Amino acid sequence: MFKLLEPNKIFLITSRAPKFVIALFIVVLSIGLLEALILSPEDYKQSHSVRIMYVHVPAAWISLGIFSSITLLSISGYIFKNKHFFLISKSLAPSGLVFCIVALVTGSIWGKPTWGTWWAWDARITSMLILAIFYLLYLIAWRIYRNKEQVIKITTLITIFGIINIPIIKYSVDWWNTLHQPASINIMSKSTIHSSMLLPLILMSAAFALFSLLIFLMKYNTELIKLKNKGLERL
Amino acid sequence: MIIETINMNGYGLYVWSAFSFTLLSFLTLYVVIKIQYVKEKNKFLSKYETLNDKKAKIARSQTINQEILSSSQTI
Repeated sequence: MFKLLEPNKIFLITSRAPKFVIALFIVVLSIGLLEALILSPEDYKQSHSVRIMYVHVPAAWISLGIFSSITLLSISGYIFKNKHFFLISKSLAPSGLVFCIVALVTGSIWGKPTWGTWWAWDARITSMLILAIFYLLYLIAWRIYRNKEQVIKITTLITIFGIINIPIIKYSVDWWNTLHQPASINIMSKSTIHSSMLLPLILMSAAFALFSLLIFLMKYNTELIKLKNKGLERL
Repeated sequence: MIIETINMNGYGLYVWSAFSFTLLSFLTLYVVIKIQYVKEKNKFLSKYETLNDKKAKIARSQTINQEILSSSQTI
């Protein structure tokens, strides 16, 4: 099964895919922005400030999803001794960090009109900040360690420690008294969000997912070319 | 209508700054990754040009190298 993931086979797809992904991203983002900024209704309590949700929530979801994927890939790579998994993890991390920063900054902007403060050491905000620190540690480790075996061990350890934080972020609103409201969207039960607000949220989430795919493909291609550069030196 | 959309009942500054920050972050990340990609690709091409015929033939036999070379010709 892992043979399907060999760089030689994948590169034929990943080198051509970005132009299609970017076109799709622009289309979905344009429709999403139109829905989020103009067509969707204002909230009866929060008025127009609720529109910040359409960038804040998808960014938070995707940054959590990317970190979980990085952890899964790192552990699988370690178990199955597949270095290609680490290359995929490394290529996913930059967009994960940017989405985490976007979630923190837009959350802070949303906090001012809603809670009257830019920042609070609330359980969810603090755990999101910790996630950003784990992303930074992960990326820094790839930069400073030159030894392949060493960097693989260290980055896997960072992801294992970091993944403990993911359920804390998810359930922080249920476990502690926080400024954040409980989840409005549930896969297992009925969502409490109205469909007129759910549509722009889904569209913006799709646009953000496409953007992270685009960045992943570009970064992955860069990493493969970097490896090929080393290969040319060895010829 | 336009002023209403910009002002958003006094929340315009917050909403527009949140969306602007998001899009600016996306643009910055895209440019940074694109620069890294072009830099590595140019490095590959300049290294490839220094290879002798025998080594160039070996390099060309690899799928990824073929793809990098063919995509650079279309740019």
